Formats: sequence, C-alpha cells, structure tokens
Amino acid sequence: MRYKPWHALRSPRAVSGLAGVLLLVFMMVFAPHLWADAASAANVAERLQRPSGSHPLGTDQLGRDLLARVLVATRLSLLLTLGSTAIAVCGGVVLGMVATVVPRVLRRGLTALLEILMSFPWLLLTLFFTVIWGASAKGALLAVGFAGIPTVARLTYTMSSSVAGRDFVRAARIVGVGPLGILGRHVLPNIRPVLVVNAAAVASVTLLSFTGLSFLGLGVQAPDYDWGRLLAEGVGKIYVNPVAALGPGVAVLVTALILNTLGALASEAAGRTPRIAGKAAPRLRAARIPASADEPVVEVEDLRVSFPDGSGGLVERVAGVSFTIRPGETVGIVGASGSGKSVTAMAIAGLLGPAAHVRATTLRFQDIDMSGEPDAAARRKLGLGLSVVFQDPLTSLNPVLTIGRQLTEVSEVHGDLGRRDARRRAQWALSLVGIPLPARRARQYPHQLSGGMRQRVMIGMGLMGTPALLIADEPTTALDVTVQQNVLRVLHQARERTGSAILFISHDIALVSGFCDRVLVMKDGLIVEELDARQLDRARHPYTRALIACVPHMTTDRTRPLPVIADFDGSEDAEEIHA
Amino acid sequence: MSHTLEYDGLSVRYGRGGSAHQAVDDVSLVVRPGTVHGLVGESGSGKSTLAAATVGLVRATSGAIRLDGTEVTRGTAGRRARRRIQLIFQDPHSALDPRMSIGTSIAEAMRASGRRRSRVERRQRVRELLELVDIEPDRYREPPAGFSGGQRQRITIARALAAEPDVIIADEITSALDVSVQGVVLNLLRELQSELNLTMLLISHNLAVVRYVCHTVTVLRHGRVVETGDTERTLSDPQDPYTKALLDAVPVLGERPDWGSVA
Repeated sequence: MRYKPWHALRSPRAVSGLAGVLLLVFMMVFAPHLWADAASAANVAERLQRPSGSHPLGTDQLGRDLLARVLVATRLSLLLTLGSTAIAVCGGVVLGMVATVVPRVLRRGLTALLEILMSFPWLLLTLFFTVIWGASAKGALLAVGFAGIPTVARLTYTMSSSVAGRDFVRAARIVGVGPLGILGRHVLPNIRPVLVVNAAAVASVTLLSFTGLSFLGLGVQAPDYDWGRLLAEGVGKIYVNPVAALGPGVAVLVTALILNTLGALASEAAGRTPRIAGKAAPRLRAARIPASADEPVVEVEDLRVSFPDGSGGLVERVAGVSFTIRPGETVGIVGASGSGKSVTAMAIAGLLGPAAHVRATTLRFQDIDMSGEPDAAARRKLGLGLSVVFQDPLTSLNPVLTIGRQLTEVSEVHGDLGRRDARRRAQWALSLVGIPLPARRARQYPHQLSGGMRQRVMIGMGLMGTPALLIADEPTTALDVTVQQNVLRVLHQARERTGSAILFISHDIALVSGFCDRVLVMKDGLIVEELDARQLDRARHPYTRALIACVPHMTTDRTRPLPVIADFDGSEDAEEIHA
Repeated sequence: MSHTLEYDGLSVRYGRGGSAHQAVDDVSLVVRPGTVHGLVGESGSGKSTLAAATVGLVRATSGAIRLDGTEVTRGTAGRRARRRIQLIFQDPHSALDPRMSIGTSIAEAMRASGRRRSRVERRQRVRELLELVDIEPDRYREPPAGFSGGQRQRITIARALAAEPDVIIADEITSALDVSVQGVVLNLLRELQSELNLTMLLISHNLAVVRYVCHTVTVLRHGRVVETGDTERTLSDPQDPYTKALLDAVPVLGERPDWGSVA
C-alpha cells in the first residue's frame, strides 16, 4: 500500500498547477528580457490609449504598453512575494521550534509574545514595520515578511509541541540526543508536510499584501513597478481605460490561484487522501420479513465489507460472515486486530460510514434491513433498540454535556418521554449500572468521572431505551482488571434485568469465555469456528487452539517458552499491519 | 555484566499546594543484578511515574535512585549513569519516529553507549540487533509504517539494546499488543534476558505476564508499596488483601466469575 506520487500528478488539478508554475517561472526569467523595451519605451503620441491590436491592454500616460509592463512586473512581484514568504516561514519555524525546547519560563514568555502579536491585525503590523524600514521595495519585503512570522511561529509551536510529547522523542532524549538534534531529526521532518502546505497559503496572502502596499504607495517606488503599482495607476484612469486596472488584477488573481493549487497539491501528497475508485458496490436488499417473538434479534448472512485501500482499489475486511443472535443471548466475537470483528459489529449497527462498501444476502436487526440507509421510522427504532458501548468512553462521551443530559437525550429524541420522565429514567439507568448517588452524578461532566465510571455511564446510556441488542466493542480493554470485573458485572446484570442480547467483542478469549454463551472466532474476515463458551477445550480449529494457548495465565509453565500463533499456522505476518 | 538498580524512599509529587498529587510515595525496592523485577499495579498506582523518574523524564521530589551505587537523579555523573538505563515504551506506534527508517532510529540509540563507531560498524551493529529480535536485517532502511505492532515492539527492544544499557525498564510493553502477538514479544524478552543476563524492571498491570517473566515482584497501589517478594510465592500466597483482589480479577478461560444474582 505504498503511496505513488506520480498518481497524484495525473489529476487535472496537478496538471494545471504544474502548467501554472511553469508559466510563472517563464515570466519571471524571460519577460524582462523579451518585453523590457516595450515596457519602458515612452511614446507620448500614443499616451492613454484604449486596448487595440498593438496594445492589448492599452497604454499608460507615457504611452508605454501596459501588457508588457504587467508581464515584466511578474519578476519583481514574485521575487518580493517569495522573499517575504521565506522570511515569514523561516523566522516562524525557527521561533516556533525554539519555543518548544527552551525552559518553561522562557517558553511562556515567547508564546505570550506570539499571542500578543497575533492579536494585532496583520495589516497593522505590516504598516508598523513599514514605518521602521521606510516606504521602499526592501522595506515592504521586510515588513510583510516579519508581519507573517507570528502566525507561522504559532502554528509551528503547536505542531512541534504535539510531536515533542510523543514517545519516540522521549526515547531520543533518554539516549542523550540534545534539543537541536531532537528538533532537526525528529520534530522538523514530522511537521514538514503541514508546513509546506501552509507556506503556499502564506505566499498567496503575501502576494495580496504586497499588491495592497504598493497600491497604497508604501511598497515599490517609481521607477520600479510591480502589479500593485500598475493597479494603482490603472485605477486612477479607470474611466479612460478600465482594462488597464483589470490586467494587473488578473495577474494577481491567477498567481494566487496557482499558489493555492500548489498548496492543495502539497496537502494531497502529505495527507495521502485515498481516492475512492468507481461506484459503490451495489447493495442487495433483502425482503422484509415481519418480526415475531422468537425471531432472531440479528440475522447476518454472507456479510462482506470492503474499504478503499488508498491506491484506488478495495480491500475486503469481512469476507462472507453468517450468524444469528437470538433474544437475550450473549455472543462473543474473538480475533486479533484486523480480523474484522469490529467491522462486523459496526455493520450490524449501521455505523460504518460512507467509505465502507457493505454487501450481504441478509443483514437484519429485528426487522430492519441494515444493508441500506434506514428510514426515519427505522432510525427511531434503532435509537431505542440498539446501543453500542465503545472501547474508550472518554472519546465516546461528549465532554461539554453533563452525564444526565447525554442520557436523557436518547429518550427525548427517540422515546417521546417528557423531560421529567426522561430524567427519572436516567437516574434509574445510572443506579442500574451501579453508580452511587445517581442524581448527583447526572449533573457532572465526563472528565469528573473515572474510566470505569464512564464506561458504566455508556452502558447506562444503552439502557435508556428498551435495548434488544447491546454491542460492546472491547468495553474493558482500556480499564484496570479490578474495574474490568465490575464493568462486566454491570453488563451482566443489565442483561438479566432488561433481557437484551449482547454482542461482546474482544481479543481476549479468556474474558469472552467467562462472559458469553457462544463464541465466534474470527480470522482474516472469516468466522473460523463457532463454539459453546463452556466447551472451549473442545476447539477444533488450530487458530482457536492457538488463541487459547498463547495467552499466559496464572498456571502457565514458566520454564518453557509460550506457544505462539506461528507455531500453529503460517506466520506472524498474518497480523494486521497498521499503516 | 550485571548491575543493581535501587530505589530508596523515592517520592514524586505532581503540582503544588491543594491540587498536588502524590504519584509515588516513599517507594523502596531493589532490582538485583541479572534478574527481572515486576512492578504491578493499576492505573494511578505510580508505576509509570517511577519509570519516568528513573530515566529523568520526571523529577523526583525526594529519595534516591541508584545504579550500582551512583545517584542517577543528580549531577553530571548521574546524567551519565542515567544513559545506561533504557526505557521501552507501551505504544509501539508512537515509540518510533514515523519519518525515520528503523535502522536510523536504532543507530541513534547507539550514541548512548558512548562508543565511537564508523558508519560501517554502525550498520553492521544495526543488522546484528535486528537479527537478535527476529526482524529481517535487510529491512533496516524501511520506515516503521511497514511493520506490524508486534514487529515494531521488537524494533523498540532492539533500539533499547543498541544503547548497551545496564538496566532495561519495560513499561507495559505488551498491553498495546494483541494477545496473539504478546507471546512472541514475551518469549523474546525472556530469551534476551537470560542470554545477555540483563537486569530488568518490568512494569505491567497483567499479573499473568509478570508471573511468567519476573523473578521478583512489587505490588503498588496509590504510589505505595503494598507487597513485595518472590513472584511465585507472592502470587500463589498473597498476604495483602489488595493483591488478592487483583488476583481474583484475572479472567480465567472457561470460568464464569460469580456475579451474584439480581433481585
């Protein structure tokens, strides 16, 4: 799944971007040689002419050809833009990175200074610097460049700080790499893609501000001229020859567009945005079957899910899975990461998102066909009847809403409960999942609760409706063992009280066997074995046996190496590679 | 080549005044030369703070950490001694620089050994280390993105070994890995430990892992030592109720915990 840069170069945007760059470079290098004479030769007889065959944009008050002047001005305009951009980006990057590694007191001072500078309007800063360095091309170059530093510095600082907090930087510090080494070797390469994108944006803003400064008479001074000055001259004569002002305006616009396109191309290359090739695979709709009492809660037949692989193709993550879940049953799915267990569960819940291509002969939750987009009635039924508990409760709870608000939302949106009834039910749900003082907890925010408490809240949220199925995707992986035990107990009791079925996903077969009635073992997108949880010792499939054997437990023989999956089948390369 | 790592009344406090949090509270323990000492505890028990303090990422409030008698938290001698302690991180996906080839990452760690090597020698050593952790040596030029989680964790082990450390601290090195891959890393760790006679501090919340790898164990809770001793004896006959509770919470294959019934 390696990224191929030349693929990106084939898009229409890339072609136009590159053509634009070639055009600009050509104008910068050759225009002054080709048209310098036409641009500077005064011909008073032909002054202030309207556009004509010999002067496509007309002439100025000394009779000089305006088109030639616009083309010749490309060099100065672009050189100034590039120069200022270089000052802004280099200065900003150095300042931002230095701020990351200096002692705390200095760092606070530096960031405070940057914030103060950023609070000034950018043009004000530019004007301020122009006063210092005077109204000349050189002055404007420095002024625009320095005024751009704070923004770039702030961005660099934010990005470097996040890179500097990662483990590989700590590892480098432990082996004795100095601050400069860390910045140069680890931080800069990791923030470079974003910086490149940003430099393009800075460049187009810089171009505009130069034009603005020269237009105001603060930038380039006669006899030199850039687009801004040509624009100013043209605007003065706009009633005589409107095209005179349009010419340099169009030049600025086209250049800015080219710079933006370059930025977009750079971000595409950096982001490696996968392009989805072709149309989504057709979805086979199963006929609706009326629900009855002992009808399975979930029915899956030949479920296949594919995702774009980043280079235009599709990779199948679930490759034909069939199973059913009966009311009140607890079913576990076990498998290594990348085996497709979470994808299967999310397909049942309809939470896979637009990138996934879902196909199935049957994919039903109760009587709702989940292979297509559910309608309003089906969504309402899903909201009450199906709930999901994710691995990390901190990211699945909204940090700015109280626990109570998030719980009552479910019943208010889907259950038509009044606010007071919803609140009462929320307290009931919280007490059901063993949260002491539910009325007080309901007024708290997620960050005020411990990890185990948050996970209980998630389960409680699932109980706000009348769930027929609760999907728990690695619900205890982020928790301590003693907390894990409590959460499992709560989940178990919730099932006993509400009669909800549970689909429990984990990579830990010991955990699943202690919680579920039935265990499905998944590998490479397929169910390789289905077992009664109490009879795991009768597992037939070598992969299941390997999963059981490779986990150390409290009676493992310490004198012998642990059996590994590779001893049972193939190699460890079967493990998912996280790109 | 065996070394002793010793903690003497170590305390680490985060913050000041009313919001201060005592992460490590008067912890004393000894990692004997050539053995693996396990540090068990739940989140917030201070085990990772202890590791961070040892390698100088966090400052100790009081107490001492000594490597072969040299105080590692203070002075130039301390800084030099600290280089001889290497840390292996929990998350193999953030422990390697995504923009650096794995060979360069490993070579970078060699500078901690204080040995001067030529380019050729460095490359030779990188290949040896990769071979040691069962990674195809010819892949040294590749970035970490092409390796799986288990492979990356083995590469971080190679990087730690490249520094030629006297002591290795392994902080939850298998908890971010699939159970199916965990065994490979644990086997490798045990093999390397006995082959190279490494002194190691293994931090984990997984009692089965600690029991399998460690000779001695310390149980931490809220920054304090709850129980310490020989692994086999401590885990088969725990004296402290907290250790017992931890042991009871370990899921056992095919065994349904008693959840009680609901009225």
